[in-house]
Amino acid sequence: MDASKSLKQNEMIVYRLNKFRNRTVEKLWKLALYVLVTGISFVILYPLFKRISMAFKDPVDIYNPTIYMVPIHYTLDNIRHAMNVLDYWPMLGNTLTFVTVMTLLQAASCALAGYGFARFSFPGSKVLFTFVILTILIPMNTLMVPMYLHFRSFDVMGLVTLFSGKEGVNLLNTYWPSIITSATANGLKSGLYIYIFSQFFRGLPKEIEEASLIDGAGAYKTFFRIMLPNAIPAIVTVMLFAFVWQYNDTFYTSLFMSDNSLMSVRIASLPADVNQFLPALLGLGSNAEMRADPNHVALIVDTGILLAIAPLILMYLFVQRYFVESVERTGVVG
Amino acid sequence: MSLKKLSLMQKRALVGLTFILPWLIGFVFLFVTPLLQSVQFSFHELNVAPGGYELVYSGLENFKEALFVDANFNRILTESVAEMVLNVPMILFFSLFSAVLLNQRFRGRGLARAVFFLPVILASGAISAAETAGLISMTGSSQVAQELGEAQGGFDTLSLILLLDSAGLPEWFIDYIVNCTTRIYEIIRSSGVQILIFLAALQSVPPAMYEVAKMEGATAYESFWKITFPMVSPLILTNIIYTIIDSFSNSTVTQTIYETAFQSQNFGLSAAMSWLYTIVVSLILLVIGFLVSRKVFYYE
Repeated sequence: MDASKSLKQNEMIVYRLNKFRNRTVEKLWKLALYVLVTGISFVILYPLFKRISMAFKDPVDIYNPTIYMVPIHYTLDNIRHAMNVLDYWPMLGNTLTFVTVMTLLQAASCALAGYGFARFSFPGSKVLFTFVILTILIPMNTLMVPMYLHFRSFDVMGLVTLFSGKEGVNLLNTYWPSIITSATANGLKSGLYIYIFSQFFRGLPKEIEEASLIDGAGAYKTFFRIMLPNAIPAIVTVMLFAFVWQYNDTFYTSLFMSDNSLMSVRIASLPADVNQFLPALLGLGSNAEMRADPNHVALIVDTGILLAIAPLILMYLFVQRYFVESVERTGVVG
Repeated sequence: MSLKKLSLMQKRALVGLTFILPWLIGFVFLFVTPLLQSVQFSFHELNVAPGGYELVYSGLENFKEALFVDANFNRILTESVAEMVLNVPMILFFSLFSAVLLNQRFRGRGLARAVFFLPVILASGAISAAETAGLISMTGSSQVAQELGEAQGGFDTLSLILLLDSAGLPEWFIDYIVNCTTRIYEIIRSSGVQILIFLAALQSVPPAMYEVAKMEGATAYESFWKITFPMVSPLILTNIIYTIIDSFSNSTVTQTIYETAFQSQNFGLSAAMSWLYTIVVSLILLVIGFLVSRKVFYYE
């Protein structure tokens, strides 16, 4: 009787100890998790915080060593100067229009190609799909020079008239190079989008198409009325990435459109522009020899960068949910 | 053309061709043609004439110049390949680690995920270009800028080096770790998409597997190496390839090739350089693809 009682007590103690240990381990793990996640988040957000602090910092505070992040004197002058140098609102409108058009064109052409590869088999379709993968793998700078020359004297028949010595149209510094590459699904990272679309369409059940075929819809009607509405997750993913990458792209824009007022072009030349225009903006005269305080220039440049990424961040606040879910839903992984 | 005579299969094939027609046109005129032209250019000297260009055959001159005459190209090529080889494991490790973290249940997970994917939208070539240009224009002008830079990058790696050294770790390992810590921002910034891919892979692992492992008495550590790791291993290859391709866009080689073409106007040399780079990168991709795909575990 006594022995069994003490055994029970022992068991009780062991059970409690185990429970206590489990709970402690769990709590410690949670703590470590929070520390890690917060730390990494801080590293990611730090440049953003720094730029926000810079944007509102008065130039008076530049040389005050006691200031960390939170300025003492606030000002909106930096934002005004940066907007002036960047010619912000017209350029933003311009950029957004351009990027939106490119995104739509790319999504449309890549969806068509992706569906074609996913659902139709014709002689050579496997080989062609391998070529799609190849377009992802070949670095862009291999094609850079021929593309540049191609668009410098562009003619519809391409090679044929080129060798007959006829002069083509110079399309550089217009939007046409990007429009043409996007509409023909050969633009920025198009191979990846075609891949995403074709993987997604392959994952959809064939029965819906067969049903619509039996009900009398042709292949095009089936695609536009049945398949596209079902492919919204893939469309959202591709459009999100196309938008962001197009907005940030410097390679194509500096190659084809170095003179156009697009955000990425202007931001890349921002430091030089600020150096040139800041003295005049500060009312110090427009002497070419006049140089502004480099730290003040840096302040304006940081503000400009913040202004450039502000639209993306605003957009991200609303659509980040889709970003996070995007890859899972499109079946790239599966 | 009598479309009615065709069999259903042939009709389907034709319709399919019309779907990929836009891509096919673009592929032929904007990919294959430039690709072949680029090969052609690399063996020629190219002079830009008004409204076109003329080619003068020069054999292997351009390749010789890139490899043996040009003072910088060799060094830049090896450096950027070495950097890529160094970066890939770090980015992979970091992204898998973050994906596992973000896959845990904790309060504020949505917010943490949003923050971790922020680099995807902020990793911009334009911004980094502006930053470098800003630094260059600043360093030319004052000492203050340099001091400012030092104050901002105020992470003292010396104590870390000493700590690791007295722990008796080999020197190359210490170098690697210190490299990681000083470039942590760069690594984090370029691993957004990789985290996304790994996270999606983690969520496709059936939860029943973990339940079984737990009932059989496996620890979290064991179930990571026995379940999680094999299940996401196919995506490791995907991520390696993605990381390598992604590193094209901001490598110094790309920069050099671009400058050779559009500042020195030496288009032939630039084409030769880009082909050398492409060949090196494809070789690396092939080797890595071969090695990794043998180790990868496919669940099905």
